[in-house]
Amino acid sequence: MNPKTRRKLGKFGLNAAGIAVFLFAIFPVYWMITAAFKPNDQLNSTTFIPFPMPPTLEHVERAFTKGINGNSIWTYMMNSVIVSVSTIIIGAVFALLAATAVARFRFRFRTSFLILLLIVQMVPSEALLIPLFLNVRQMGLYNELLGLIVINVGLTLPFSVWMLRTFVAAVPKELEEASWIDGASRFTTFWRVLFPLVAPGLVATSIFSFITAWNEFVFALTLIEDSDKFTMPRALSFFVGQRSTDWGGIMAASTLMTIPVLIFFLLVQRRMVSGLVAGAVKG
Amino acid sequence: MSDTSTIARGGGHRASASARRAKPPRRPSGLPLRFVPYALLLPGLLVIAVLLLYPLYQMVDMSFHKVGLRQIRPRNPLPAEFVGADNYTAALQSDLFGVSVRNTVIFAVVTVALTLILGTLVGLLLHKLGPKMSTTVIVGTMAAWAVPPTSAAVVWKWLFDADAGVVNWFLNMLPDWFSQLVFGRAEWAGVPWLNDPLDIYFVLVVTVVWASFPFIGVSILAGLKSIPSELYEAARVDGSTAFQTFRKITFPLLRPVFSVLVVLSIIWDFKVFTQLFILAGGTNMPREAFNFSVWSYIEAFSPPPDMGLGSAIAVVLTVILLLITFVYVRQIVKTEDVR
Repeated sequence: MNPKTRRKLGKFGLNAAGIAVFLFAIFPVYWMITAAFKPNDQLNSTTFIPFPMPPTLEHVERAFTKGINGNSIWTYMMNSVIVSVSTIIIGAVFALLAATAVARFRFRFRTSFLILLLIVQMVPSEALLIPLFLNVRQMGLYNELLGLIVINVGLTLPFSVWMLRTFVAAVPKELEEASWIDGASRFTTFWRVLFPLVAPGLVATSIFSFITAWNEFVFALTLIEDSDKFTMPRALSFFVGQRSTDWGGIMAASTLMTIPVLIFFLLVQRRMVSGLVAGAVKG
Repeated sequence: MSDTSTIARGGGHRASASARRAKPPRRPSGLPLRFVPYALLLPGLLVIAVLLLYPLYQMVDMSFHKVGLRQIRPRNPLPAEFVGADNYTAALQSDLFGVSVRNTVIFAVVTVALTLILGTLVGLLLHKLGPKMSTTVIVGTMAAWAVPPTSAAVVWKWLFDADAGVVNWFLNMLPDWFSQLVFGRAEWAGVPWLNDPLDIYFVLVVTVVWASFPFIGVSILAGLKSIPSELYEAARVDGSTAFQTFRKITFPLLRPVFSVLVVLSIIWDFKVFTQLFILAGGTNMPREAFNFSVWSYIEAFSPPPDMGLGSAIAVVLTVILLLITFVYVRQIVKTEDVR
């Protein structure tokens, strides 16, 4: 075999592998979304129906009107939005301050703090469920979205600080020093110099936090009792338990929960990859 | 940017002292410099202390107490009675202990290994593919990554459904002799996948690997892209073979990324709860399918609640996790910039 054919064959093999990975990754998502638009007889068919013929909106409509357990799926979407957005806004402030501290300063206990971050990340949040349940109840936050927000801030913070510190460290210190020489105050330097440069990193970090909070299931399962305060994951699991064979309805709800994250992911995927590169390269 | 042209506030007269050290210029005044990092750290540290460290202490404390329904009721709760190691003895003597150890550890080992192997291969593949193909595959894997665990569990539950599932349809498509040879059965319609613990865990492994390999792949790709191409050119000029190049350049430079990915995968896979809970059917799941997270949850929250026992199980889980990952923390401390 001459080198040219071999290179061509190799390229073909790589592309075939690429397509296989693509199909493995995308098929369940495709199957979920199409199922949300398939009429019931096609859903329960034992043959393979690749595309809804003709597509129906009955499942999506049912999710919004009849909903799950008497509430429109809109209620659950809004609950999830409230919890996730509050979590990232509060979390970003805490994380940026702490990340600046560890990336910009050398101080006593710095190493201890970083190791502490690593260790608390390793503690399974499921293990904290019992004490946090009792504490939240004692503070009167049981069955309140605020309780979930507070807990999500705690759950996402260690990883946010850990991730964000590499972005802060990647900003050349000289820029800040130039700002000091020009007489800028510490706050101005932070706000006008460091913050704009760290902003992409903050976006990437916030995306991780948003997704963690949006997907959080265990605490939503334990801390929320009334179904009108359920977040999407909790509502979906309730739905599966209650009407386990209504695959059309379940897939419609599941699609509605996935779509926002999916769009979000695809919009920022380029930045996310470059963000990870920026985080990985040490200057 | 008008602020940048104003005169330094307060720092002027001290400038000469610092200039001799040829260190970075003195920062503007305000809080004394040595307190600044602590001030920045305080809010985050408080959050971690209140929401993670104190509950950790409470969990250990509760594991030595009897904390049942009467101790946690909102009105006149009884004080939790100290019972020494009783909760631990009960956990160790329970037949669910062995089940949970087996399920938790085997699942984590298998899933971490599969995720890392598949993810690394995908990362290397993405690096080799042309820009268009690479973007397509990244977008596709991002979709899998983006699906919330609850949705992922629900979708795979359906894919593996006995009657309407695609998996059984696909297995039915296989030639009968082949199916008979490999699986020992030719007819797949109506075969349930989520009754038997072993089958549940098989579906769980597929679900979790599917959801987590994209992150590994993209991170490895990012690591590969960060390696300067000059190094590879130099290696080629020096006549290095592909294997030597991988061993001497690619692998050492990827090691920090890789060790972080190993830790994260272990953390995620060891405590898997959501996907198992949904795939296996919630609180009514077969007891043989329990892992530590689920067992602790069920003891603590299913009536009658026994939060002491639940805490003891959670403590065991946490300790095992810390032991396994201790060595990796050391790895990170060595390679990452934590000092």
